Amino acid sequence: MKCSDSGTTSSIAVKDWSGRRGRLGDKIFLYLTFIFALIIAVSLVALLIVLNISAWPAIQKFGVSFLTSLDWDPVKEVFGALPAIYGTLLSSIIALIIAVPISIGSAVFLSELAPAWIREPCSFLIEMLAAIPSVIIGLWGLFVLVPFIRSPIESWLGSHLGFLPLFQGPLFGLGFLAAGIILAVMVVPIITAVSRDVMRAVPVTQREAMYALGATRWETIYRTVLPYCRSGLLGAVILGLGRALGETMAVTMVIGNSYALTSSLFSPGVTIASKIASEFSEASGDIYIGSLVELALVLFGITLLVNIIARLMVWRMISVKATGE
Amino acid sequence: MSEAGRVRRKWTNRIMLILCGCAVGLCILILALIVGYTVAKGANYLNVDFLTHTSKPVGEIGGGMRDEIYGTFILVGLASVIALPIGLMAGIYLAEFGSPAVASVVRFIADVLAGVPSIVVGVFAYAILVRPMHTYSALSAGVALAIIMIPVVARTAEEAMRLVPNSMREAALALGINRWRAVLGVVVPGALTGIITGIMLAVARIAGETAPLIFTALGSAFGVQGLLQPIGALPLQIYRYALSPYPDWQQQAWAAAFLLMILVLGINIVVRSVSRRKSM
Amino acid sequence: MLYELTNNTTGQAAPERVIGAQGNTKYILEVVKLSAWYGKAKAVNDISMKIKAQAITALIGPSGCGKSTLIRCMNRMHEVSDGGKVSGQVLLDGSDIYGREVDAVTIRRRIGMVFQKPTAFPTMSIFDNVASGINLTRLWYRKGELQDLVVHSLKKAALWEEVKNKLNRSGASLSGGQQQRLCIARAIAIEPEILLMDEPCSALDPISTLKIEELMLEIKKDYTVVIVTHNMQQAARVSDCTGFLLLGELIEFAPTKELFSVPHDKRTEDYITGRFG
Repeated sequence: MKCSDSGTTSSIAVKDWSGRRGRLGDKIFLYLTFIFALIIAVSLVALLIVLNISAWPAIQKFGVSFLTSLDWDPVKEVFGALPAIYGTLLSSIIALIIAVPISIGSAVFLSELAPAWIREPCSFLIEMLAAIPSVIIGLWGLFVLVPFIRSPIESWLGSHLGFLPLFQGPLFGLGFLAAGIILAVMVVPIITAVSRDVMRAVPVTQREAMYALGATRWETIYRTVLPYCRSGLLGAVILGLGRALGETMAVTMVIGNSYALTSSLFSPGVTIASKIASEFSEASGDIYIGSLVELALVLFGITLLVNIIARLMVWRMISVKATGE
Repeated sequence: MSEAGRVRRKWTNRIMLILCGCAVGLCILILALIVGYTVAKGANYLNVDFLTHTSKPVGEIGGGMRDEIYGTFILVGLASVIALPIGLMAGIYLAEFGSPAVASVVRFIADVLAGVPSIVVGVFAYAILVRPMHTYSALSAGVALAIIMIPVVARTAEEAMRLVPNSMREAALALGINRWRAVLGVVVPGALTGIITGIMLAVARIAGETAPLIFTALGSAFGVQGLLQPIGALPLQIYRYALSPYPDWQQQAWAAAFLLMILVLGINIVVRSVSRRKSM
Repeated sequence: MLYELTNNTTGQAAPERVIGAQGNTKYILEVVKLSAWYGKAKAVNDISMKIKAQAITALIGPSGCGKSTLIRCMNRMHEVSDGGKVSGQVLLDGSDIYGREVDAVTIRRRIGMVFQKPTAFPTMSIFDNVASGINLTRLWYRKGELQDLVVHSLKKAALWEEVKNKLNRSGASLSGGQQQRLCIARAIAIEPEILLMDEPCSALDPISTLKIEELMLEIKKDYTVVIVTHNMQQAARVSDCTGFLLLGELIEFAPTKELFSVPHDKRTEDYITGRFG
């Protein structure tokens, strides 16, 4: 950093004891904080390594067929992940279908429409929804939502739209529809918060230009604000997807735990997280436990990918905005 | 622009805006329903007995969750003892001492770690602690919760320290203060509110975590026996009781949920309103 | 006092700093062929100048002329900035502060700095603010001596009367002008030999500015002051010598009266008469 080549040793230099000790202090502190920062990096690496080691018996035995097989038999020690993967994806997609319109609508309201005295309390309340532990939401889902889904919702859907394979089958209440709704409840706060921030990053000049052309409020939002922050909104949705994929407790309590591929929203199912949660404590034997750990690895992989994509999109939108201004 | 067109646009505008308002209303309604039911169903059962008695065996009415309440506090305390030093020092590294290249890698890894589903963290803790030690333990649960807590604490501490203006740092350095003493004496105290906010929110989050506890803490019918023994906790008990077929246990689950909700939402409300007031 | 046990150069410096009766001036700081960069951009180009002891030297010039960069090089603060690089020498009592063995932290205790924006540490009381240069650098100190030092510094900074009853209040509870005087007290408390001031009054109201100018004239009896200012009238009012910088170069450096009445360089004259800047 400094480039001085005077070569003189000055009288100020070496004799100040606290000066030298200070330089040492800086070095020690640097190394100390670096070690702790390194612990974080090491934790992630350790996580990957340890999970792989534990899952190895199952990986070795089943190979790629683990991802495509439908079996789950602890007695015969044959395991396959497909229904779990399917369930994870299906429940998350249902959650997004329900959550995205609500979230984007809420974000539009909070960012564009609401006067300040409404905006603050409403944002606060939505943050509170995010803070509720998922086991409590699961409890509520199990005893309040599920009976409500069973009737009137599922009975209405079944009798009126029962020709669709989506709405066929016995009415348990527990199942994919319940799981989807519960996940939507958990995911809405995240998508709303990020979308709201993304929308507020849209420069005021864009909106003003539209108003000057005589556009209505909604038209301005629809034609200018939303397209401008499209990738940011997509990033927010994908962040929500990441959260939904990893969610465990609330889903476990309402999804009904049935290991099969189904086409009906009424039928029970599993997600990767719910399978691990419900069976891990009783599992024994290397293959059984290994399979459950392999499920965890698959989940980790999926959520990692989704989160990275989401961050890239939100980050890209914010940096484009910064340079484009 | 025809008159009909203008009217249509006006009505589209109104309807869409109303729909957006309804979206927010729906969110708040759901919040009210969840909180409302929890309060209604839980508050009845909540009495002094609940807080001071241990759980009764299956089938017997009554009993409380004293040990599970202790358990939650013990686990949160254990996780904090592990996570706070690591998270804070890592945060200081990221904000003050780290070289940009290394710091961005660590930051990225911290963000990835923060996004790992909590059940995966639980599996990890099982593999490195429960399995080798051949016992479920409070320690393994504490470690699992700490792993969830560390990246959150590190990043919020870093953000808080970044908010301290550079002029503070320069003023301290210009007094001939060493870098590390400037950080500890000026920057960290300046960021303290933000750091404490981040810590409290992280504590609230792990207090409600259940998934990593299922096969690390396991739950205990014998009360708190020690850090190397299984231990119960409120969220875990809620989960088990909710899925049980006994109405009395289900009632207790609601009461426990009420208690947990007061704790978690209480911390959140206090922290957020304090930081909101500070930023005014 | 406090420094006797640890800094053995203080005892030596004092006798040499006296200005002789015949006006035999002592130069305490000498800048020799100094250049400074921010990354690739050169901000100071080959400047040489001598700073008189126990006098006020002002550096003036239009924005971006490099005067702030120059002054920050004098106590090794420039290298703290992103991409800050320095070449050349700055001689303090004959020794180069950029020498290989020299610790920047030690230099900054001998050459103090007050910045444009008053930065009282908000998490500390007024007392602790003034004492922070001692608290955060020493491992031990005698409590009574610390008390005396703080009072002494606050009196020197013309702030004592206003804060003597509220020493425990937060440093941030003071007004802008008071905070700046607090920063000056804080800088004085570590007993530097030279005090650098980078536009100390530009964020303040006229009354506070006047108070600080009076302060400067008082403290120049004990310290050497170098001040950067964009206010020419201020430079004319308080300084003994003035240097005019333009685009990173030292155009003219002369006793203040001379520079303002008979400038040698046309560019100096243009700046002083307000034709630019």
